Amino acid sequence: MTLLLGASTVGLILALLALGVYLSFRIFNFPDITADGSITLGAAVTASLLVMNWPPALATLAGFFAGALAGAATGLLNAKFRINGLLSGILVMTALYSINLHVMGKSNLPLLEETTLVTQSESFFGMLFGPGDVQVFGWEVDQRDAAALCLAAAMVAGVGMILYLFFRTEFGTAMRAAGDNPQMIRALGGSVDFILIFGLAVSNGLIALSGSLLAQYQGFADVQMGIGMVVWGLASVIIGEALVGSKSTGIVITGAIMGSLLFRLIVAIALRWGLDPNDLKLITAVFVFLALVVPGALTALRSRAGRAR
Amino acid sequence: MLEVSAIGKTFHAGTPNEVSALRDVSFNLSEGSFLIIIGTNGSGKSTLLNAVAGTFPLDRGSVTLSGHDITKWPEHRRAKLIGRVFQNPYSGTAPNMTIAENLSMAARRGLRRGLAWAIPRALRSELRDRVRTLNMGLEDRLDNDIGTLSGGQRQALTLLMASWLKPDLLLLDEHTAALDPKSADQVIRLTNEIIKRDKLTTLMVTHSMQQAVRLGDRLIMMNRGSILHDIQGAEKARARPEDLLQRFEDVRRREQLDAPVAEMLRKAYV
Ligand SMILES: Nc1ncnc2c1ncn2[C@@H]1O[C@H](COP(=O)(O)OP(=O)(O)OP(=O)(O)O)[C@@H](O)[C@H]1O
Ligand SMILES: [Mg+2]
Repeated sequence: MTLLLGASTVGLILALLALGVYLSFRIFNFPDITADGSITLGAAVTASLLVMNWPPALATLAGFFAGALAGAATGLLNAKFRINGLLSGILVMTALYSINLHVMGKSNLPLLEETTLVTQSESFFGMLFGPGDVQVFGWEVDQRDAAALCLAAAMVAGVGMILYLFFRTEFGTAMRAAGDNPQMIRALGGSVDFILIFGLAVSNGLIALSGSLLAQYQGFADVQMGIGMVVWGLASVIIGEALVGSKSTGIVITGAIMGSLLFRLIVAIALRWGLDPNDLKLITAVFVFLALVVPGALTALRSRAGRAR
Repeated sequence: MLEVSAIGKTFHAGTPNEVSALRDVSFNLSEGSFLIIIGTNGSGKSTLLNAVAGTFPLDRGSVTLSGHDITKWPEHRRAKLIGRVFQNPYSGTAPNMTIAENLSMAARRGLRRGLAWAIPRALRSELRDRVRTLNMGLEDRLDNDIGTLSGGQRQALTLLMASWLKPDLLLLDEHTAALDPKSADQVIRLTNEIIKRDKLTTLMVTHSMQQAVRLGDRLIMMNRGSILHDIQGAEKARARPEDLLQRFEDVRRREQLDAPVAEMLRKAYV
């Protein structure tokens, strides 16, 4: 039970990453590798501020804005300096590695005694239900685990809702159009450059928020924690799309959240069954490869079979 | 209204692929006039429209529209004054967004886009009314993705979008060239209606001699990046397709003549 609870919590926290990746990869069709650096940046900024005894909410918000800044930098490199999108992300990601080390002052920053959003929601739980374990559908659940799960769920639900509403505003609609057909939105007076920079800022802000929460949940920030996270987010988005089978924004947002949750649960179970953790990233990469290739191959196969008949 | 003064554009300057797509083109267009542009392939018609729309920076010359010198304005800023329909039906609309969403963006062409709802209730009923005027039955499909529509339906919608807020200038680049004859007729009829109704100042490129003589009150013929003929007033009204074809034929003959002469000169002097 604790295993599933922990996996769900991490799945929900990384759903924020998935939403950020959805924004760059799916809305803008922009392969934004910045994510690997910005998720660590969010963790690093929040952790360092928490060590300096900042209020957790503010430290988390600062993590978000640091990530937004990184995303804006990538957007600027691409839109203003006309550097290839992939390369723009790689440049910022590489720079962030050093920046993250500077922010943390060392490669691993533990949060042992600090007050975090997780410890705060734990004490809030304690006030609500009294001390000791919590009963959930007859299961005894550790209070910290339950509190963290609720915190993550609330954050993801809030962010998902805001994102959904945002995409229905004038600016949000223009943002989707900028990804769908930049020529069209330009002809209607939208600055594609500005929209892209803003969109990547939001995307990486969400990814950094994910890192910030992750650090608070696992109790440390580590300079290596971002490696491979883009692929992880992409896998979640792809699973989500397969789950919901629809392209409408609201449903896809829900799908990405479910995808992240499901993916993390599958991984937790696989690890439990004896999967070597070292193979995890390889398997994730192969999975994303298959998810990208198989649907196209199936269509080709089907049309060939159709012609043969 | 629109003043194009001595604009020039060379692509790939200084390379073997150098093309002078526009060579010191100048003309003035008064308010409410409807200018037809014809010319052979590669004569610079699209480049002229793109120069006015701001797709690329000019090498020389200036463009003034409604009293603003827009030469240095980026494309999206010019969109406040200019409505546009492209040759490719896929260019003017966002395929994975609904008809209503696409139109709602046209309703804010050149205006600030903030955090207000994209499609408030009042706009929705206006959308339905205006789409109904197209007579294509699309008013019942406002929530369908534009990608599911035919090219003709898309061009009709793009036209509606370009003229949703009355533009100071309407640019049409062979907007019926990719359509079947029936849809092309329908879109042309619609074009004419909208331009007449709103008295829009218009630049329209076409390859159809029928359209060229039937529509517009002025016609320019381009060749190799320059204006070769400028036909206005009574002369435009009198023009028949055969006259225009004759002028194309003249160009062709002159160029055939030019080529051997140039070759001879090259042989003699180089
Ligand atoms: N973006 C560009 N880059 C390089 N060359 C270009 C570009 N746009 C146009 N040209 C060249 O400029 C010349 C004029 O092209 P343009 O598209 O204006 O012709 P057009 O009159 O519209 O022809 P068509 O009737 O085929 O549409 C052509 O030789 C074309 O290859
Ligand atoms: Mg053309």
